[in-house]
Amino acid sequence: MAKVFRPFHPKTAYVPEGTSPERRIAAKYSIRLWCVRWARLLEWLYNTFAEMLLGLHPLWNAIGYGRVERPMKFVERRVKEFMFDCRMCGQCVLSSTGMSCPMNCPKSLRNGPCGGVRADGNCEVEPDMPCVWVQAWEGSQRMRASDQILTVQKPVDQSLRETSAWLRSTAAKAAERRDAAEPAAGGEGTS
Amino acid sequence: MSAGGAPGAAPAAIPDGHSSRGRLEAILRRGEFAVTAELSPPDSADPEEVYELAKVFDGWVDGINATDGSGANCHMSSVGICALLTRVGYAPIMQISCRDRNRIAIQGDVLGAAAMGVQNILCLTGDGVQAGDQPGAKPVFDLDCMSLLETVRDMRENRRFLSGRPISTPPQVFIGGAINPFAPPYGFRPLRLKKKIEAGAQFVQSQYCYDIPMLETYMQRVRDLGLHEQCFILIGVGPLASARAAKWIRSNVPGVHIPDSVIDRLDGAEKQKAEGKKLCVELIQQIREIEGVAGIHLMAYRQEEAVAEIIETSGVLKDRKPWRPGDAT
Ligand code: SF4
Repeated sequence: MAKVFRPFHPKTAYVPEGTSPERRIAAKYSIRLWCVRWARLLEWLYNTFAEMLLGLHPLWNAIGYGRVERPMKFVERRVKEFMFDCRMCGQCVLSSTGMSCPMNCPKSLRNGPCGGVRADGNCEVEPDMPCVWVQAWEGSQRMRASDQILTVQKPVDQSLRETSAWLRSTAAKAAERRDAAEPAAGGEGTS
Repeated sequence: MSAGGAPGAAPAAIPDGHSSRGRLEAILRRGEFAVTAELSPPDSADPEEVYELAKVFDGWVDGINATDGSGANCHMSSVGICALLTRVGYAPIMQISCRDRNRIAIQGDVLGAAAMGVQNILCLTGDGVQAGDQPGAKPVFDLDCMSLLETVRDMRENRRFLSGRPISTPPQVFIGGAINPFAPPYGFRPLRLKKKIEAGAQFVQSQYCYDIPMLETYMQRVRDLGLHEQCFILIGVGPLASARAAKWIRSNVPGVHIPDSVIDRLDGAEKQKAEGKKLCVELIQQIREIEGVAGIHLMAYRQEEAVAEIIETSGVLKDRKPWRPGDAT
Protein backbone atom coordinates (compact mmCIF):
# COMPACT_ATOMS: atom_id res chain seq x y z
CA MET A 1 0.00 0.00 0.00
CA ALA A 2 1.15 3.50 -0.71
CA LYS A 3 3.00 5.41 1.90
CA VAL A 4 4.80 8.65 2.42
CA PHE A 5 8.17 9.01 0.80
CA ARG A 6 10.78 11.61 0.26
CA PRO A 7 11.11 11.80 -3.50
CA PHE A 8 14.59 11.87 -4.84
CA HIS A 9 14.82 12.60 -8.51
CA PRO A 10 18.29 12.69 -9.93
CA LYS A 11 18.72 15.94 -11.81
CA THR A 12 19.97 15.54 -15.32
CA ALA A 13 20.83 18.40 -17.59
CA TYR A 14 18.04 17.94 -20.08
CA VAL A 15 14.87 15.92 -19.84
CA PRO A 16 12.53 16.23 -22.81
CA GLU A 17 8.95 16.84 -21.86
CA GLY A 18 6.49 14.00 -21.68
CA THR A 19 8.90 11.10 -21.39
CA SER A 20 7.93 8.14 -19.32
CA PRO A 21 9.17 4.62 -18.70
CA GLU A 22 6.72 3.48 -21.38
CA ARG A 23 7.24 5.71 -24.33
CA ARG A 24 3.93 6.93 -25.64
CA ILE A 25 3.36 6.58 -29.31
CA ALA A 26 0.64 9.17 -29.28
CA ALA A 27 1.09 12.75 -28.30
CA LYS A 28 -2.66 13.11 -28.11
CA TYR A 29 -5.15 10.49 -27.24
CA SER A 30 -7.99 11.71 -29.41
CA ILE A 31 -8.30 8.73 -31.76
CA ARG A 32 -7.95 6.28 -28.94
CA LEU A 33 -10.71 8.07 -27.03
CA TRP A 34 -12.88 8.23 -30.13
CA CYS A 35 -12.67 4.44 -30.44
CA VAL A 36 -13.86 4.04 -26.88
CA ARG A 37 -16.75 6.39 -27.55
CA TRP A 38 -17.77 4.31 -30.53
CA ALA A 39 -17.03 1.01 -28.85
CA ARG A 40 -20.38 -0.48 -29.77
CA LEU A 41 -19.97 0.26 -33.46
CA LEU A 42 -16.41 -1.01 -33.42
CA GLU A 43 -17.51 -4.15 -31.63
CA TRP A 44 -19.89 -4.87 -34.45
CA LEU A 45 -17.28 -4.02 -37.09
CA TYR A 46 -14.73 -6.18 -35.36
CA ASN A 47 -17.05 -9.15 -35.11
CA THR A 48 -17.99 -8.84 -38.75
CA PHE A 49 -14.35 -8.61 -39.72
CA ALA A 50 -13.46 -11.61 -37.57
CA GLU A 51 -16.23 -13.60 -39.26
CA MET A 52 -14.81 -12.61 -42.62
CA LEU A 53 -11.31 -13.70 -41.67
CA LEU A 54 -12.73 -16.97 -40.42
CA GLY A 55 -14.63 -17.42 -43.66
CA LEU A 56 -11.35 -17.08 -45.48
CA HIS A 57 -9.76 -19.79 -43.38
CA PRO A 58 -9.54 -22.23 -46.32
CA LEU A 59 -7.62 -19.58 -48.21
CA TRP A 60 -5.18 -18.95 -45.35
CA ASN A 61 -4.80 -22.66 -45.00
CA ALA A 62 -4.05 -23.07 -48.70
CA ILE A 63 -1.44 -20.34 -48.71
CA GLY A 64 -0.15 -21.46 -45.31
CA TYR A 65 -0.69 -19.44 -42.15
CA GLY A 66 3.04 -18.99 -41.79
CA ARG A 67 3.24 -17.21 -45.12
CA VAL A 68 0.26 -14.95 -44.44
CA GLU A 69 1.72 -13.90 -41.11
CA ARG A 70 4.00 -11.15 -42.43
CA PRO A 71 1.56 -9.26 -44.65
CA MET A 72 -1.24 -9.71 -42.13
CA LYS A 73 0.95 -8.39 -39.34
CA PHE A 74 1.87 -5.42 -41.51
CA VAL A 75 -1.77 -4.47 -41.98
CA GLU A 76 -2.82 -5.30 -38.46
CA ARG A 77 -0.08 -3.19 -36.96
CA ARG A 78 -0.84 -0.14 -39.09
CA VAL A 79 -4.56 -0.30 -38.43
CA LYS A 80 -4.44 -1.00 -34.73
CA GLU A 81 -1.59 1.39 -34.05
CA PHE A 82 -3.55 4.15 -35.69
CA MET A 83 -6.80 3.38 -33.92
CA PHE A 84 -5.88 2.01 -30.50
CA ASP A 85 -2.18 2.86 -30.06
CA CYS A 86 -1.74 -0.91 -30.23
CA ARG A 87 1.48 -2.40 -28.81
CA MET A 88 1.30 -5.68 -30.73
CA CYS A 89 1.15 -7.87 -27.67
CA GLY A 90 -0.14 -10.58 -29.99
CA GLN A 91 -3.02 -11.55 -27.69
CA CYS A 92 -5.66 -8.98 -28.42
CA VAL A 93 -8.26 -8.47 -25.68
CA LEU A 94 -9.85 -5.26 -27.01
CA SER A 95 -13.29 -6.84 -27.05
CA SER A 96 -13.02 -7.47 -23.30
CA THR A 97 -11.65 -4.05 -22.51
CA GLY A 98 -14.13 -1.65 -24.05
CA MET A 99 -11.89 -1.13 -27.10
CA SER A 100 -9.28 0.56 -24.90
CA CYS A 101 -5.91 -1.17 -25.39
CA PRO A 102 -4.67 -2.29 -21.95
CA MET A 103 -1.08 -2.44 -23.12
CA ASN A 104 -1.09 1.36 -23.02
CA CYS A 105 -1.44 1.14 -19.26
CA PRO A 106 2.05 1.91 -17.91
CA LYS A 107 1.62 -1.05 -15.57
CA SER A 108 0.42 -3.34 -18.41
CA LEU A 109 -2.64 -4.27 -16.37
CA ARG A 110 -4.97 -6.64 -18.21
CA ASN A 111 -7.58 -7.05 -15.52
CA GLY A 112 -8.75 -3.64 -14.42
CA PRO A 113 -7.50 -0.37 -13.00
CA CYS A 114 -4.82 -0.08 -10.34
CA GLY A 115 -5.55 1.73 -7.10
CA GLY A 116 -3.72 4.84 -8.18
CA VAL A 117 -6.20 6.31 -10.68
CA ARG A 118 -6.47 10.06 -10.08
CA ALA A 119 -9.72 11.65 -8.98
CA ASP A 120 -10.06 13.23 -12.44
CA GLY A 121 -9.81 9.82 -14.08
CA ASN A 122 -6.28 10.27 -15.30
CA CYS A 123 -3.38 7.87 -14.92
CA GLU A 124 -1.25 7.68 -11.80
CA VAL A 125 1.96 7.27 -13.74
CA GLU A 126 1.18 9.70 -16.54
CA PRO A 127 -0.95 12.50 -15.17
CA ASP A 128 -1.81 13.80 -18.65
CA MET A 129 -3.14 10.54 -20.00
CA PRO A 130 -6.71 9.42 -19.28
CA CYS A 131 -6.47 6.11 -17.39
CA VAL A 132 -6.77 3.30 -19.88
CA TRP A 133 -9.06 1.41 -17.53
CA VAL A 134 -11.40 4.26 -16.77
CA GLN A 135 -11.85 4.39 -20.55
CA ALA A 136 -12.16 0.62 -20.76
CA TRP A 137 -14.93 0.61 -18.19
CA GLU A 138 -16.86 3.29 -20.07
CA GLY A 139 -16.34 1.59 -23.42
CA SER A 140 -17.37 -1.81 -22.09
CA GLN A 141 -20.64 -0.38 -20.82
CA ARG A 142 -21.47 0.71 -24.36
CA MET A 143 -20.83 -2.72 -25.79
CA ARG A 144 -23.16 -5.64 -26.23
CA ALA A 145 -20.78 -8.01 -24.49
CA SER A 146 -20.47 -5.61 -21.60
CA ASP A 147 -19.69 -8.30 -19.04
CA GLN A 148 -16.62 -9.55 -20.85
CA ILE A 149 -14.61 -7.09 -18.83
CA LEU A 150 -15.21 -9.40 -15.86
CA THR A 151 -13.25 -12.26 -17.38
CA VAL A 152 -10.00 -12.88 -15.55
CA GLN A 153 -7.30 -12.57 -18.20
CA LYS A 154 -4.21 -14.74 -18.18
CA PRO A 155 -0.80 -13.04 -18.09
CA VAL A 156 0.61 -11.94 -21.43
CA ASP A 157 2.66 -14.58 -23.17
CA GLN A 158 5.71 -12.49 -23.97
CA SER A 159 6.85 -14.95 -26.61
CA LEU A 160 3.84 -14.03 -28.75
CA ARG A 161 4.68 -10.33 -28.93
CA GLU A 162 4.95 -8.85 -32.40
CA THR A 163 2.79 -11.53 -33.97
CA SER A 164 -0.61 -11.26 -35.59
CA ALA A 165 -3.44 -11.69 -33.11
CA TRP A 166 -5.96 -11.68 -35.94
CA LEU A 167 -4.48 -14.74 -37.57
CA ARG A 168 -4.01 -16.59 -34.33
CA SER A 169 -7.59 -16.09 -33.20
CA THR A 170 -8.84 -17.04 -36.68
CA ALA A 171 -6.85 -20.26 -36.61
CA ALA A 172 -8.03 -20.99 -33.09
CA LYS A 173 -11.66 -20.44 -34.02
CA ALA A 174 -11.31 -22.57 -37.14
CA ALA A 175 -9.87 -25.39 -35.08
CA GLU A 176 -12.66 -25.02 -32.56
CA ARG A 177 -15.23 -25.20 -35.29
CA ARG A 178 -13.61 -28.27 -36.80
CA ASP A 179 -13.52 -30.02 -33.43
CA ALA A 180 -17.15 -29.17 -32.86
CA ALA A 181 -18.07 -30.56 -36.28
CA GLU A 182 -16.34 -33.89 -35.76
CA PRO A 183 -16.48 -34.62 -32.04
CA ALA A 184 -15.65 -38.27 -32.68
CA ALA A 185 -12.22 -37.33 -33.98
CA GLY A 186 -11.58 -35.55 -30.63
CA GLY A 187 -8.06 -34.30 -30.23
CA GLU A 188 -6.92 -30.78 -29.49
CA GLY A 189 -6.92 -28.43 -32.43
CA THR A 190 -3.46 -27.18 -33.09
CA SER A 191 -3.42 -23.64 -34.28
CA MET B 1 3.73 -22.86 13.82
CA SER B 2 6.83 -20.80 14.34
CA ALA B 3 9.32 -20.74 11.50
CA GLY B 4 7.61 -23.64 9.82
CA GLY B 5 8.43 -25.99 12.70
CA ALA B 6 11.70 -27.42 13.89
CA PRO B 7 13.74 -29.25 11.26
CA GLY B 8 12.44 -32.77 10.89
CA ALA B 9 9.27 -32.21 12.91
CA ALA B 10 6.03 -32.84 11.09
CA PRO B 11 4.05 -29.61 10.63
CA ALA B 12 0.74 -29.27 12.45
CA ALA B 13 -2.36 -30.23 10.51
CA ILE B 14 -4.28 -27.54 8.68
CA PRO B 15 -7.68 -26.96 10.32
CA ASP B 16 -10.67 -28.10 8.29
CA GLY B 17 -11.79 -25.60 5.72
CA HIS B 18 -8.66 -23.50 6.14
CA SER B 19 -5.99 -22.87 3.54
CA SER B 20 -3.21 -22.13 5.99
CA ARG B 21 -2.14 -22.84 9.54
CA GLY B 22 -2.08 -19.12 10.22
CA ARG B 23 -3.64 -17.21 13.08
CA LEU B 24 -5.00 -14.47 10.87
CA GLU B 25 -7.11 -16.89 8.87
CA ALA B 26 -8.28 -18.61 12.06
CA ILE B 27 -9.37 -15.33 13.64
CA LEU B 28 -11.21 -14.18 10.57
CA ARG B 29 -12.94 -17.51 10.10
CA ARG B 30 -14.02 -17.43 13.73
CA GLY B 31 -15.79 -14.19 12.93
CA GLU B 32 -13.67 -11.97 15.18
CA PHE B 33 -12.95 -8.40 14.17
CA ALA B 34 -9.34 -8.61 12.98
CA VAL B 35 -6.65 -5.96 13.23
CA THR B 36 -3.59 -5.88 11.02
CA ALA B 37 -0.86 -3.27 10.87
CA GLU B 38 1.79 -2.24 8.44
CA LEU B 39 5.48 -2.35 9.24
CA SER B 40 7.72 0.06 7.36
CA PRO B 41 10.83 -1.88 6.47
CA PRO B 42 14.16 -0.41 7.59
CA ASP B 43 16.89 0.82 5.28
CA SER B 44 19.35 -1.43 6.98
CA ALA B 45 20.67 -4.98 7.13
CA ASP B 46 20.28 -5.24 10.89
CA PRO B 47 17.65 -7.80 12.00
CA GLU B 48 17.33 -6.09 15.38
CA GLU B 49 15.80 -3.09 13.64
CA VAL B 50 13.04 -5.27 12.29
CA TYR B 51 12.34 -6.71 15.73
CA GLU B 52 12.32 -3.21 17.21
CA LEU B 53 9.73 -2.12 14.65
CA ALA B 54 7.59 -5.19 15.24
CA LYS B 55 7.66 -4.81 19.01
CA VAL B 56 5.28 -1.84 19.07
CA PHE B 57 2.55 -4.11 17.71
CA ASP B 58 3.01 -6.84 20.36
CA GLY B 59 -0.33 -7.92 21.73
CA TRP B 60 -2.30 -5.54 19.52
CA VAL B 61 -2.48 -6.96 16.02
CA ASP B 62 -3.33 -10.25 14.33
CA GLY B 63 -1.03 -9.80 11.40
CA ILE B 64 1.86 -7.60 10.34
CA ASN B 65 2.16 -6.49 6.74
CA ALA B 66 5.70 -6.44 5.44
CA THR B 67 5.60 -4.02 2.53
CA ASP B 68 7.38 -4.75 -0.72
CA GLY B 69 9.11 -1.57 -1.79
CA SER B 70 5.98 0.44 -1.16
CA GLY B 71 5.76 3.79 -2.87
CA ALA B 72 8.46 2.38 -5.17
CA ASN B 73 11.09 3.14 -2.56
CA CYS B 74 13.91 0.74 -1.87
CA HIS B 75 13.96 -0.93 1.59
CA MET B 76 14.69 -4.31 3.15
CA SER B 77 12.79 -6.93 1.15
CA SER B 78 9.41 -8.24 2.20
CA VAL B 79 10.54 -11.85 2.09
CA GLY B 80 13.54 -11.01 4.31
CA ILE B 81 11.40 -9.30 6.91
CA CYS B 82 8.87 -12.12 6.90
CA ALA B 83 11.60 -14.68 7.38
CA LEU B 84 12.86 -12.75 10.41
CA LEU B 85 9.40 -12.32 11.87
CA THR B 86 8.41 -15.97 11.56
CA ARG B 87 11.49 -16.94 13.60
CA VAL B 88 9.84 -15.32 16.60
CA GLY B 89 6.39 -16.61 15.74
CA TYR B 90 4.82 -13.42 14.42
CA ALA B 91 2.16 -13.75 11.72
CA PRO B 92 3.52 -11.65 8.87
CA ILE B 93 1.56 -10.89 5.72
CA MET B 94 4.05 -10.89 2.89
CA GLN B 95 3.26 -8.31 0.24
CA ILE B 96 4.25 -9.12 -3.30
CA SER B 97 4.19 -6.35 -5.85
CA CYS B 98 4.30 -7.02 -9.57
CA ARG B 99 6.45 -3.99 -10.20
CA ASP B 100 9.87 -5.42 -9.49
CA ARG B 101 9.87 -9.10 -10.34
CA ASN B 102 8.73 -11.33 -13.15
CA ARG B 103 6.76 -14.54 -12.85
CA ILE B 104 9.83 -16.70 -12.39
CA ALA B 105 11.11 -14.68 -9.44
CA ILE B 106 7.70 -14.30 -7.82
CA GLN B 107 6.79 -17.98 -7.86
CA GLY B 108 10.19 -18.81 -6.39
CA ASP B 109 9.62 -16.27 -3.62
CA VAL B 110 6.22 -17.75 -2.81
CA LEU B 111 7.76 -21.17 -2.27
CA GLY B 112 10.66 -19.71 -0.31
CA ALA B 113 8.40 -17.67 1.91
CA ALA B 114 6.06 -20.58 2.60
CA ALA B 115 9.07 -22.69 3.51
CA MET B 116 10.11 -20.01 6.00
CA GLY B 117 6.71 -20.24 7.68
CA VAL B 118 4.89 -17.38 5.99
CA GLN B 119 1.15 -18.07 6.12
CA ASN B 120 -0.30 -15.00 4.44
CA ILE B 121 0.47 -13.47 1.08
CA LEU B 122 -0.93 -10.22 -0.25
CA CYS B 123 -0.87 -9.80 -4.02
CA LEU B 124 -0.47 -6.23 -5.26
CA THR B 125 0.07 -4.41 -8.50
CA GLY B 126 2.49 -1.96 -6.91
CA ASP B 127 2.99 1.78 -7.26
CA GLY B 128 4.62 3.03 -10.44
CA VAL B 129 8.37 3.58 -10.31
CA GLN B 130 7.84 7.31 -10.87
CA ALA B 131 6.52 7.57 -7.30
CA GLY B 132 9.69 6.47 -5.55
CA ASP B 133 13.33 7.22 -5.02
CA GLN B 134 14.45 5.38 -8.16
CA PRO B 135 12.36 6.73 -11.02
CA GLY B 136 14.90 5.38 -13.52
CA ALA B 137 14.13 1.76 -12.68
CA LYS B 138 12.62 -0.61 -15.22
CA PRO B 139 8.99 -1.27 -14.35
CA VAL B 140 8.48 -5.02 -14.71
CA PHE B 141 4.72 -5.66 -14.36
CA ASP B 142 5.03 -9.08 -15.93
CA LEU B 143 1.97 -10.34 -14.05
CA ASP B 144 -0.80 -8.11 -12.79
CA CYS B 145 -2.38 -8.47 -9.37
CA MET B 146 -5.16 -10.61 -10.80
CA SER B 147 -2.93 -13.11 -12.59
CA LEU B 148 -0.67 -13.12 -9.53
CA LEU B 149 -3.61 -14.11 -7.33
CA GLU B 150 -4.52 -16.85 -9.74
CA THR B 151 -0.96 -18.07 -9.94
CA VAL B 152 -0.54 -18.35 -6.17
CA ARG B 153 -3.89 -20.06 -5.81
CA ASP B 154 -2.97 -22.50 -8.53
CA MET B 155 0.31 -23.25 -6.79
CA ARG B 156 -1.57 -24.01 -3.59
CA GLU B 157 -4.64 -25.81 -4.93
CA ASN B 158 -3.38 -27.55 -8.02
CA ARG B 159 0.24 -27.93 -6.93
CA ARG B 160 1.73 -26.54 -10.08
CA PHE B 161 3.59 -23.56 -11.41
CA LEU B 162 2.12 -21.23 -13.98
CA SER B 163 3.84 -23.37 -16.59
CA GLY B 164 2.04 -26.48 -15.37
CA ARG B 165 5.17 -28.06 -13.90
CA PRO B 166 4.26 -29.85 -10.64
CA ILE B 167 5.17 -28.72 -7.11
CA SER B 168 5.72 -31.50 -4.58
CA THR B 169 4.71 -29.59 -1.44
CA PRO B 170 2.39 -26.68 -2.18
CA PRO B 171 2.61 -23.35 -0.32
CA GLN B 172 -0.21 -23.40 2.26
CA VAL B 173 -0.94 -19.70 2.31
CA PHE B 174 -3.95 -17.50 2.94
CA ILE B 175 -4.20 -15.28 -0.11
CA GLY B 176 -5.12 -11.62 -0.08
CA GLY B 177 -5.49 -8.70 -2.42
CA ALA B 178 -5.94 -4.96 -2.21
CA ILE B 179 -8.95 -2.79 -2.94
CA ASN B 180 -9.35 0.93 -3.37
CA PRO B 181 -13.00 1.97 -3.17
CA PHE B 182 -11.92 5.62 -3.30
CA ALA B 183 -10.59 5.89 -6.85
CA PRO B 184 -12.39 5.99 -10.21
CA PRO B 185 -13.99 4.21 -12.04
CA TYR B 186 -16.26 3.86 -9.01
CA GLY B 187 -18.80 1.67 -10.79
CA PHE B 188 -16.15 -0.89 -11.63
CA ARG B 189 -14.55 -1.12 -8.19
CA PRO B 190 -16.97 -3.62 -6.59
CA LEU B 191 -16.87 -5.74 -9.75
CA ARG B 192 -13.13 -5.68 -9.61
CA LEU B 193 -13.34 -7.14 -6.11
CA LYS B 194 -15.57 -9.84 -7.53
CA LYS B 195 -12.92 -10.57 -10.12
CA LYS B 196 -10.25 -10.75 -7.44
CA ILE B 197 -12.31 -13.25 -5.47
CA GLU B 198 -12.72 -15.33 -8.59
CA ALA B 199 -8.97 -15.19 -9.11
CA GLY B 200 -8.34 -16.45 -5.59
CA ALA B 201 -8.47 -13.59 -3.05
CA GLN B 202 -9.65 -14.81 0.37
CA PHE B 203 -9.15 -11.51 2.15
CA VAL B 204 -8.59 -7.95 0.98
CA GLN B 205 -7.09 -4.89 2.61
CA SER B 206 -8.14 -1.47 1.42
CA GLN B 207 -6.37 1.78 0.76
CA TYR B 208 -6.66 4.48 3.48
CA CYS B 209 -10.28 5.31 4.19
CA TYR B 210 -11.14 8.87 5.18
CA ASP B 211 -14.54 9.04 3.53
CA ILE B 212 -17.16 6.97 5.29
CA PRO B 213 -20.11 7.78 2.96
CA MET B 214 -18.04 6.67 -0.01
CA LEU B 215 -17.14 3.45 1.78
CA GLU B 216 -20.79 2.87 2.62
CA THR B 217 -21.79 3.19 -1.03
CA TYR B 218 -19.09 0.74 -2.00
CA MET B 219 -20.00 -1.73 0.72
CA GLN B 220 -23.66 -1.53 -0.21
CA ARG B 221 -22.81 -2.70 -3.69
CA VAL B 222 -20.46 -5.34 -2.31
CA ARG B 223 -23.25 -6.70 -0.12
CA ASP B 224 -25.68 -6.66 -3.05
CA LEU B 225 -23.23 -8.84 -4.94
CA GLY B 226 -22.79 -11.05 -1.87
CA LEU B 227 -19.04 -10.54 -1.94
CA HIS B 228 -18.65 -9.95 1.80
CA GLU B 229 -19.58 -13.58 2.32
CA GLN B 230 -16.91 -14.84 -0.03
CA CYS B 231 -13.99 -12.81 1.20
CA PHE B 232 -12.86 -11.01 4.38
CA ILE B 233 -12.73 -7.27 3.91
CA LEU B 234 -10.29 -5.24 6.00
CA ILE B 235 -10.48 -1.48 5.70
CA GLY B 236 -7.31 0.60 5.78
CA VAL B 237 -6.99 3.43 8.28
CA GLY B 238 -4.18 5.63 9.53
CA PRO B 239 -3.63 8.71 11.66
CA LEU B 240 -2.80 11.95 9.85
CA ALA B 241 -0.04 13.96 11.51
CA SER B 242 -1.28 17.40 10.45
CA ALA B 243 -3.33 19.23 7.88
CA ARG B 244 -0.17 19.95 5.94
CA ALA B 245 0.82 16.31 5.89
CA ALA B 246 -2.68 15.39 4.78
CA LYS B 247 -2.55 17.80 1.87
CA TRP B 248 0.83 16.52 0.89
CA ILE B 249 -0.28 12.89 1.01
CA ARG B 250 -3.37 13.71 -0.99
CA SER B 251 -1.40 15.17 -3.84
CA ASN B 252 1.69 12.97 -3.72
CA VAL B 253 0.74 9.46 -2.67
CA PRO B 254 -1.04 7.60 -5.46
CA GLY B 255 -4.61 6.57 -4.75
CA VAL B 256 -5.26 8.28 -1.42
CA HIS B 257 -8.48 10.24 -1.22
CA ILE B 258 -8.82 12.72 1.66
CA PRO B 259 -11.94 14.92 1.63
CA ASP B 260 -11.62 18.64 2.36
CA SER B 261 -13.72 18.27 5.50
CA VAL B 262 -11.00 16.12 7.06
CA ILE B 263 -8.32 18.65 6.23
CA ASP B 264 -10.43 21.52 7.56
CA ARG B 265 -11.01 19.66 10.78
CA LEU B 266 -7.29 19.10 11.29
CA ASP B 267 -6.56 22.69 10.34
CA GLY B 268 -9.00 23.97 12.93
CA ALA B 269 -7.61 21.84 15.72
CA GLU B 270 -5.18 23.17 18.27
CA LYS B 271 -3.17 19.98 18.56
CA GLN B 272 -3.27 18.60 15.06
CA LYS B 273 -1.46 15.37 15.81
CA ALA B 274 -3.81 14.49 18.67
CA GLU B 275 -6.76 15.41 16.48
CA GLY B 276 -5.42 13.12 13.77
CA LYS B 277 -5.38 10.21 16.19
CA LYS B 278 -8.85 11.07 17.44
CA LEU B 279 -10.13 11.16 13.89
CA CYS B 280 -8.55 7.77 13.22
CA VAL B 281 -10.26 6.27 16.28
CA GLU B 282 -13.61 7.69 15.18
CA LEU B 283 -13.15 6.30 11.69
CA ILE B 284 -12.39 2.86 13.09
CA GLN B 285 -15.51 2.95 15.22
CA GLN B 286 -17.64 3.96 12.27
CA ILE B 287 -16.07 1.36 9.99
CA ARG B 288 -16.68 -1.39 12.54
CA GLU B 289 -20.41 -0.73 12.33
CA ILE B 290 -20.59 -1.25 8.56
CA GLU B 291 -22.00 -4.62 7.65
CA GLY B 292 -19.58 -6.84 5.81
CA VAL B 293 -16.37 -5.35 7.22
CA ALA B 294 -14.22 -8.05 8.81
CA GLY B 295 -11.49 -5.90 10.29
CA ILE B 296 -9.18 -2.98 9.95
CA HIS B 297 -5.69 -2.52 8.58
CA LEU B 298 -3.69 0.16 10.34
CA MET B 299 -1.09 2.02 8.35
CA ALA B 300 0.50 4.46 10.78
CA TYR B 301 3.56 5.44 8.87
CA ARG B 302 6.08 7.17 11.17
CA GLN B 303 3.51 7.04 13.95
CA GLU B 304 3.81 3.34 14.70
CA GLU B 305 4.05 4.08 18.41
CA ALA B 306 0.47 5.38 18.25
CA VAL B 307 -0.95 2.07 17.02
CA ALA B 308 -1.49 0.54 20.47
CA GLU B 309 -3.16 3.67 21.75
CA ILE B 310 -5.46 3.94 18.74
CA ILE B 311 -6.53 0.31 18.92
CA GLU B 312 -7.07 0.50 22.65
CA THR B 313 -9.20 3.68 22.54
CA SER B 314 -11.25 2.41 19.63
CA GLY B 315 -12.15 -0.71 21.61
CA VAL B 316 -12.36 -2.91 18.50
CA LEU B 317 -10.60 -5.82 20.15
CA LYS B 318 -13.13 -5.93 22.98
CA ASP B 319 -11.50 -8.31 25.48
CA ARG B 320 -9.50 -10.23 22.93
CA LYS B 321 -5.73 -10.24 23.34
CA PRO B 322 -3.89 -10.92 20.11
CA TRP B 323 -0.78 -13.07 20.17
CA ARG B 324 2.45 -11.67 21.55
CA PRO B 325 5.92 -13.23 21.65
CA GLY B 326 6.03 -15.77 24.44
CA ASP B 327 2.44 -16.92 23.96
CA ALA B 328 1.79 -20.37 22.62
CA THR B 329 1.63 -20.34 18.83
S1 SF4 C 1 -3.97 4.75 -13.56
FE1 SF4 C 1 -4.90 3.47 -15.14
S2 SF4 C 1 -3.52 3.59 -16.91
FE2 SF4 C 1 -2.42 4.41 -15.14
S3 SF4 C 1 -1.27 2.67 -14.34
FE3 SF4 C 1 -3.20 2.68 -13.20
S4 SF4 C 1 -4.60 1.39 -14.38
FE4 SF4 C 1 -2.84 1.83 -15.71
